[in-house]
Amino acid sequence: MAAGVAAWLPFARAAAIGWMPIANCPMPVAPRDNSRKQDELIILNVSGRRFQTWRTTLDRYPDTLLGSTEKDFFYNEETKEFFFDRDPDAFRSILNFYRTGKLHYPRHECISAYDEELIFFGIIPEIIGDCCYEEYKDRKRENLERLQDDQEENKDIKLPNMNFRETMWRAFENPHTSTMALVFYYVTGFFIAVSVITNVVETVPCGSTANHKDMPCGERYTVAFFCMDTACVMIFTVEYLMRLFAAPSRYRFMRSVMSIIDVVAILPYYIGLVMTNNEDVSGAFVTLRVFRVFRIFKFSRHSQGLRILGYTLKSCASELGFLLFSLTMAIIIFATVMFYAEKGSSSSKFTSIPASFWYTIVTMTTLGYGDMVPKTIAGKIFGSICSLSGVLVIALPVPVIVSNFSRIYHQNQRADKRRAQKKARLARIRISKSGSANAFLQSKRNGLLSELLELTGKEEDEQKLLKSPSLLETQHHHLLHCLEKTTAHEFVDEQLYEHNCLETALQTYRSSSPAIPDSPVTTCCGRRRERNHDEANTTLPCSHLVPSHQDPLLELSAFQMQRCDLRPPGDRSKLNLRTNDRISCKSGRITTAIISLPTPPALTPDGDSLHGPTLRSCSSNIVKVSAL
Amino acid sequence: MSQCRKRCKRQINKVARYFYRFLMGTLTQDSVEDDFELSTVCHRPESMDKLQEQTKFTKKELQVLYRGFKNECPSGVVNEENFKTIYSQFFPQGDSSMYAHFLFEAFDTNKNGSVSFEDFVFGLSIILRGTINDRLNWAFNLYDLNKDGCITKEEMLDIMKSIYDMMGKYTYPTMQDDTPREHVETFFQKMDRNKDGVVTIEEFIESCKKDENIMQSMQLFDNVI
Repeated sequence: MAAGVAAWLPFARAAAIGWMPIANCPMPVAPRDNSRKQDELIILNVSGRRFQTWRTTLDRYPDTLLGSTEKDFFYNEETKEFFFDRDPDAFRSILNFYRTGKLHYPRHECISAYDEELIFFGIIPEIIGDCCYEEYKDRKRENLERLQDDQEENKDIKLPNMNFRETMWRAFENPHTSTMALVFYYVTGFFIAVSVITNVVETVPCGSTANHKDMPCGERYTVAFFCMDTACVMIFTVEYLMRLFAAPSRYRFMRSVMSIIDVVAILPYYIGLVMTNNEDVSGAFVTLRVFRVFRIFKFSRHSQGLRILGYTLKSCASELGFLLFSLTMAIIIFATVMFYAEKGSSSSKFTSIPASFWYTIVTMTTLGYGDMVPKTIAGKIFGSICSLSGVLVIALPVPVIVSNFSRIYHQNQRADKRRAQKKARLARIRISKSGSANAFLQSKRNGLLSELLELTGKEEDEQKLLKSPSLLETQHHHLLHCLEKTTAHEFVDEQLYEHNCLETALQTYRSSSPAIPDSPVTTCCGRRRERNHDEANTTLPCSHLVPSHQDPLLELSAFQMQRCDLRPPGDRSKLNLRTNDRISCKSGRITTAIISLPTPPALTPDGDSLHGPTLRSCSSNIVKVSAL
Repeated sequence: MSQCRKRCKRQINKVARYFYRFLMGTLTQDSVEDDFELSTVCHRPESMDKLQEQTKFTKKELQVLYRGFKNECPSGVVNEENFKTIYSQFFPQGDSSMYAHFLFEAFDTNKNGSVSFEDFVFGLSIILRGTINDRLNWAFNLYDLNKDGCITKEEMLDIMKSIYDMMGKYTYPTMQDDTPREHVETFFQKMDRNKDGVVTIEEFIESCKKDENIMQSMQLFDNVI
């Protein structure tokens, strides 16, 4: 049943009284409404603003959120109202929909925000009333185009594992991705320009030689021009073949406009090579040279303006078609009229109707060459009407085309600007996102620090150091910690990771004795060496901790296979701050122990500098933008 | 042959119509509007009373769950893309898309490509309020990618790789390429009693019940909501 008519059901049922006298058999039993509520006022609390309405108002549209039992999920028992955590301004128009039956789109509202509200409350946008529907559709289309622009920019992202062919295709399509592509782009551009200029200069008269009068340069320096032409065509052929090779779908590439232009640009040369000997068709050969001018269209790959123009013409195709059609009609009408008007006069140039076409076109476009002029009075009258109407007919579709061009051009400019700003935006987003990752690492350090401090009993310092994280944060960190436990690896930040990799690279050169030959998970040998060293040096590392300048805590996790008692358990036990997990394997035990040591500055002189920046992040109060 | 001719005629018709519209100036039909078809598939869950009967949540818990759910997916259903986006917010360092895919398959019990609130709540009810057996069953269902009743090494390897992917690149110790495989070997040694290369549900439940770590970690979920 349609949504809006739910309110009319009682009327329809009452009107059934007209059937009763006619019916021969008894009527079925009417359904009873057991949950008979009196019409009550419902309070809708939307972010603090209270709206009140009758229950029956909301029940008019039972397939929306407010009209169905879905709103029970938002019922607040204590205050006996329905609480929605949404925008109260947008909610106004939604509630008005229930009251009046018409959904209006407020002009100041952002289109995507409004759309989201509609989706949330289960209202389809098609219901928007006619008064606001056009505006809604226009803004939606604009938004969609902008989104499509943004999506197209993602093609700059380099995918991993691109084979040679894909790399080449990407280089062709986006020249700014690599230096080679840029070089290729400029070289082809240069050669297109050279080719076009050659074609033009070929026909310029070069001055007379002794034998012949003024010859065009092409005939004077035939060899030079031929060489130039050959070189250009070679380059174009090679480029076309490379594009053909790299194209992901060769069939589609061959059908595309740019490839057709390429083919048309280089084909006359080859045809000319084949046909030079044959005298009969040399006339046609000369004509073919005309097609060489199409090389200039190859510039459209290089120039965005040309592409915009082409795109505008394509999108205004319907206006252009209309213009063409109406012009043709007008030309035929006026040509016929002029022909018959000028038929009487002697030596008139208007010899036939098609001959009058030329006059009509020249007059309607207000060119007025003057090679054909009417001589009779009737001809002059109709000629003036012709020129006046020509101005009108041409002026009408032109603004549409111009506005289209302007819209597309500005869109392109906006897209370019967005692309330029995108890098900065992405960098900022990345920084804020890494803030949440760093939050976890920092909380780990804080957690360990607090437990270490508990051991040494410096409680007042503990309060000073730590700020208690929110429940959400602790739960999120617990989740990440579970993941660490599952995979038996730990999250570290980028700098530490780089540092570790560097160390492994260095130590694998120097280490003579491999640590544990059959250990599946290799820790950095250097680390273990360091730790062994540490054991000897430090007795109670906790005493080194002075809360005012936090020592960098180095967290290490060691996989010890079959050698759990490698290290004396004595002074280590205090530092085993995490419970030992056990994963049973077929021989022996693997214990994971996270041992945290403060690195004495003497051992890792460079370590300090690396940890320096992270230190700073620990001690300063950074405002974390949570990605949750 | 007549197929060919019919197609030809249709093409010619299309060209002729295009040409006519070109001349008459009515070329731009509402082409952009075709793109936004009614993608607002709205799904409304069953009433709270029914859901309360079918799951083990209280009314308040259902309310909290629904509000969170609806906030992220106002249309009432989650498709896989949304699901992956939501899940990846919790693991900023790694790539959680594969694991989110497996989770999605586990929640989408009727295999229609979207998770409604009912699917969501039923799954959560098992995980958070179910018996140990229920939870182990659910976990087995998650691992068993093709739902044929046994976990092969390849399936386990896929799951393991997806979990390790979530860790990302910056880990200590550095992630090796064969770490997931080793972990799978360990898992199979523990779980596969009769050494036939697959883990069935009985072996799985039996082995898990014997391992006190796993039993303890299963209790972790009692207070999540």
